[in-house]
Amino acid sequence: MAEEHYLELSENPVQFEHASSVNNVFFDEANKQVFAVRSGGATGVVVKGPDDKSSVAFRMDDKGEVKCIKFSIGNKILAVQRTSKSVDFINFIPDYPHTEFSQECKTKNANILGFCWTNWNEVVFITDQGIEFYQVFPDKRSLKLLKSQSINVNWYQYCPETAVILLSTTVQGNILQPFAFRNGTMSKMSKFEIELPVVPKPAKLSLSERDIAMATIYGQLYVMYLKHHSRTANSPSAEVVLYHLSREGSCKKSHVLKLNTTGKFALNIVDNLVVVHHQSSQTSLIFDIKLKEPDCALNIHQPVLPARSIHPYRIPLSGPAAVPSQPPVPCQLYSSSWSVFQPDIIISASEGYLWYLQVKLPPTVNLLQDKGKLMDFLLRRRECKMVILSVCAQILEVGEKGSLPVVATVFDKLNQVYKDYLEAEQSYTQAMESGPSRGSAAQKRPVRTQAVIDQSDMYTHVLSSFTERKGVSHKFIIAVLMEYIRSLNQFQITVQHYLYELVIKTLVQHNLFYMLHQFLQYHVLSDSKPLACLLLSLESTYPPAHQLSLDMLKRLSTANDEIIEVLLSKQQVLGALRFIRSVGGHDNASARKFLDAAQQTGDQMLFYTVFRSFQQRNQRLRGSPAFNPDPA
Amino acid sequence: MASGMQEKQYTPSLLSFFIYNPTFGPREGEEEKKILFYHPSDVEKNEKIRNVGLCEAIVQFTRTFCPTKPAKSLHTQKNRQFFFEPEENFWMVMVVRNPMIEKPNKDGKPPTVEYQEEEMLLPSCLLQCYSMYKLFNGTFSRAMQAGGVELLMQKLEKFFYRYLQTLHLQSCDLLDVFGGISFFPLDKMTYLKIQSFVNRVEESLSLIKYTAFLYNDQLIWSGLEQDDMRILYKYLTTSLFPRHSEPELAGRDSPMRPEVAGNLLHYGRFLTGPTNLKDPEAKFRFPKIFVSAEDGYEELHLIVYKVHSLLCFLIASVELTREFCEQLDSLVGPQLTLLASDICEQFTINRRISGPEKEPQFKFIYFNHMNLAEKSTIHMRKTASVCLTSVHPDLMKILGDINCDFARVDEDEEIIVKAMTDYWVVGKKSDQRELYVILNQKNANLIEVNEEVKRLCATQFNNIFFLD
Repeated sequence: MAEEHYLELSENPVQFEHASSVNNVFFDEANKQVFAVRSGGATGVVVKGPDDKSSVAFRMDDKGEVKCIKFSIGNKILAVQRTSKSVDFINFIPDYPHTEFSQECKTKNANILGFCWTNWNEVVFITDQGIEFYQVFPDKRSLKLLKSQSINVNWYQYCPETAVILLSTTVQGNILQPFAFRNGTMSKMSKFEIELPVVPKPAKLSLSERDIAMATIYGQLYVMYLKHHSRTANSPSAEVVLYHLSREGSCKKSHVLKLNTTGKFALNIVDNLVVVHHQSSQTSLIFDIKLKEPDCALNIHQPVLPARSIHPYRIPLSGPAAVPSQPPVPCQLYSSSWSVFQPDIIISASEGYLWYLQVKLPPTVNLLQDKGKLMDFLLRRRECKMVILSVCAQILEVGEKGSLPVVATVFDKLNQVYKDYLEAEQSYTQAMESGPSRGSAAQKRPVRTQAVIDQSDMYTHVLSSFTERKGVSHKFIIAVLMEYIRSLNQFQITVQHYLYELVIKTLVQHNLFYMLHQFLQYHVLSDSKPLACLLLSLESTYPPAHQLSLDMLKRLSTANDEIIEVLLSKQQVLGALRFIRSVGGHDNASARKFLDAAQQTGDQMLFYTVFRSFQQRNQRLRGSPAFNPDPA
Repeated sequence: MASGMQEKQYTPSLLSFFIYNPTFGPREGEEEKKILFYHPSDVEKNEKIRNVGLCEAIVQFTRTFCPTKPAKSLHTQKNRQFFFEPEENFWMVMVVRNPMIEKPNKDGKPPTVEYQEEEMLLPSCLLQCYSMYKLFNGTFSRAMQAGGVELLMQKLEKFFYRYLQTLHLQSCDLLDVFGGISFFPLDKMTYLKIQSFVNRVEESLSLIKYTAFLYNDQLIWSGLEQDDMRILYKYLTTSLFPRHSEPELAGRDSPMRPEVAGNLLHYGRFLTGPTNLKDPEAKFRFPKIFVSAEDGYEELHLIVYKVHSLLCFLIASVELTREFCEQLDSLVGPQLTLLASDICEQFTINRRISGPEKEPQFKFIYFNHMNLAEKSTIHMRKTASVCLTSVHPDLMKILGDINCDFARVDEDEEIIVKAMTDYWVVGKKSDQRELYVILNQKNANLIEVNEEVKRLCATQFNNIFFLD
C-alpha cells in the first residue's frame, strides 16, 4: 500500500523530564518553552526551547507550588505565579539584581487566572474580575500599571503571534472579548458571541476553553470554535466554526469545517491548514479554508483528504539507557495524555516529549484525485515545489485518455502563481528604479515561495525527461508542449527559447515539418536569433526552413549581418549586395567578404559587377576608386 | 446575319481527355485494351486507338532526347496536347483547342479563323485532375490491385465523367496554377487556443486522425500534410462549400436553430454525413478520402463540421456510427461555437484596422511555394464555375506569361511589363515567392513603377524577407 499518512511528528522532538510527583511541567506558548520544575524549583528548573539558545537551566527558592511559569520575550525576566493573588518576578538580565520581586493584582478579592507576556517588559494579568496591564522595571524591581479593565472573566486564551487576549465573559461564557496589545497600549476590540448549539436553562457556563483556540491562518487571526454535536439541536456531527477576527471592525463567522463525526477533538494549525485530531478514531482531518467548495455558498468546507492517522512514531531510546540492540519503542499516538497547543505543538507530558506537527505532501498526491484541486492545495503549502513537479510528471506519465484538459488546468494554475510573482517582482524593480517613494513605506522585495514554478523548473524536472521517454505518442508530447506554451502566453509570460527548442526537436524527430511550418507562420514560436539559427541548421532536411529563417531574421531587424552571411553562403552575392544597400550598410561593408564570395562562384561577370560596385562606392566616399588597405 | 459581321472569340475548350497504359495491350490487335478512359466516349473506336497511339509515339520519340524528362506537351496550330504520367506507365492526356478568333468574310466565304498561341496555364490542370481522383479513389495501381482493370475503368468512368463537366478551362488562371491555400490571419493566442482544442478533440475521440480548421474559406490549421491539404482545400473551396453556401443564403429568413448539448448552446452541424442528428433515418456515411501516410496511402472518412463561418474538419479512420457522431457533436459543437465567436471578433477587428471594404490600393497576387500561401486582391470571388477578377483578361494572360518565364529559371528575377492602356505589370520572384502587381498609373515611367512596387512590399510584406 502506498504511503498514506500525510501528517507526522517532527523527527527531533524537544525532550524534557516527564511530569511526576516531584516534577511539574509547564508550557509557554509565547516562547514555545517547556519548563520542568523540580520540587518547586529548589532542585532545579530546566527550560527547553525549540532551539538550544532558548534552553536554560537554573535554580530558584521553593516558595510554594508553582502554578505558572513564563519567561518574557528574549528570556529577560522570569515570572512565576505561586498564589492566586500575586506574581513573582526574577531578573535574568546580567548585572541586574537577581532577587525576586512580587506584584499583587490591583483588584480587591480578585483571583489571578494567569498572566501573559506581551513584550520583554510588559505583562498582562488576567483575573476573574478583569485584566491588568503592567510595565516591568527590572532595575527598580517594580511594576507600573499601564491600564486595566474590569470585566467578569471565566477563562482566557492568548495568541502570542498577534498579542491578542481573548476573554470569556458572561454566565454562559459565550461572549468573547478580545484585547490587543502593542507597545505599551491595550486596545479593546469589539466583542462577539459564539452561537451555542443549545442554550442551557438555567444559565451556566457552557463554553469551555478547550473548545476555543486562536491562530493565524493565511496571515489572518481566527478564533476557532469546536462545536460539538448535540442531540437536541439538529446537528448530526461536530463542526469547527471559524470567526475571523480583524483588528478593525467586527468579528465575523467566516468558515465552517464539517467534521462528519462526533467525539473528542483537538485542533492544530500546520502550514495554514486546520488539522482536527479525532481521538476515538485515532485519525486526523485537514481543512484548507482557501479551497473553495464548488457547491457551497457560505464557506462550508469538507476535509481536503480522507481521515488518516498521524504517521506511526517510534521513540528513539537515547542517553545511557539506550541499548543498541533494543528497537525503538512505538509511541502511542492520540494518547489521552497528549496536550495540543497552537499552532502546531503536541506535548506528551507523561513521556517528556514536545513535537511539532508536520504535513507530508507526497502522500496527499494519491489521496486527492481531482488534480486541479490538488494543485490548488499544493500551491499553498510551504514545501511544495518538488511535489508539484512530481505531480506534473505523474500526470504526463499516465497519459490516459482525456488527460489534456487536466494538464491544461494544472499548467494554468502554476502559471497564475508564476505570473503573480513576476508582476510583483517587476513592480518592485520599477519602484526601486524610480527611487524611494515618499510617504509609503519602502516596498518589500517579493518573496519567491516554492509555489513559483518557472519555465526552467518545468523544463528540467518535467518536460525534458517527458519528451525523451519511450512509448509516449509524439502527438501527446506536442499537445502537452503546446498546452504549456499556450498557458504561458495566456498569462503573458515570455516563453523561454529552450521550450521552443524542445518543440522543434520533437517535431523534427517525427518529421512533422509542415506542423512546424504552420507554427512559425502564426508566430507561435516567437522570433529570436537562436531560433533562426536553429532553423538554418534544419535546411538540409527541410529546405523551407531557409526561408523561414531569413524571414525571422528580417523581422528581428537587428540581424542584418546574419542575413548577409546567409545570402553569401548561398552564393547569392548580388542579393546580399542589394540587401545591404537597402538597409544602408553599404558604406561600411567589407568589400573583401563580398568579393571572396563572388570569386567562389567562379562567375567572372559577377565578380566584375561586385568589384565595380565597390569601386563606385569608394569613389563616392573617398573620391577615389581605390580600396583602403585591409586593416588585418 | 447581323452578328456574323462581328469577330467571334472562342475560348480554349476541351477536345478530348484520355487515360491509357501502353503495357495493357502491347500486341497488335489488342490496342483497345490500353485505353482505360476516353472522353468524349462516343468517339469511334479506331479514332480512339489512333489518338492514343499517336500520343504514345510522341512520348516514346521524345524520350530518346531526354530520358528523364519526357515530353509534357505538344503544340500545334489548332490545339495542344498535354501529357502526364502520374504513375508508372499510366498516362493522362488532355487535348485542348486553342483559343481562336473567327473573322467573318464577305461574300459568303467561310470565315477566317485565327488561332491564338499564347501560353496556356493548363499543365497544372492535369495534375489537379489526377490529385483529385487520387483524393477520393486512391492511386490507379491501388484500384488495379483491388479489382483489376475492370475496377479501375469503372472508377475512372465514374469519377471523370462528372469531374470533366466541372472543368472550366476558360477561367483557368494564375491561381489555378499555384493551387495555393489562403491562410486566415490570426493572433497567437487564438491560434494556440485552436491548437489546444484540436489536441483535446483528437485525444478524446481517438478515431479522429487528423483535424483541420478553416474560417471564411481560409485555412487556419492543417494536421494533414501539405500536398493532401492542398487538394482537399481545392475540393472544399471550389466544390463542397459553394454547394452548401447556396441553400444557406437562400434560407435566410429561417434562422438556424441552435442545438442544445448539455447546457451549452451551439450552432454546429455536419456538412458531410447526417444533415440532422435527430432524424432516425439519418445516414452516417461520410466521403472517403485517401491521404498519404508513412506506408503509402490510408483510407479515411471526411467529416466536415461547421459553426457559422468556422469550419473544422476531422478525419477518422473507420466507419462512423450514430453514437460517434452524437459524441462528436456534443463535444465539438459547444467548444467550436466559443472559438468561432473569438475568431469572428478578431476578424472584425482586422477588418476595421484595414479599413472598409474598398477597392484595394494595390492589385496583386502573391504566392509562396514553400507553404502554398496565396493572397490575391485581384480575385473578388472564386468558385468552380465563375472567376470574378477585377482586371481585364488580357492582363491576366500577361501574368500567366510571366509565370511561365519564372518557371523556366531558378534564379530570382523581376519582370516589368508595360501593357496596353496605361497598365504596368510587375512580376517579382524572390527565393520561393512570387509576386505579381498590376499598376494603373498614367504616364508612369519605369523608375516610378519600381518605387511603387517597393512601397507595396514595405507595407504589405514587411514581415517576410523579400529581396528588392
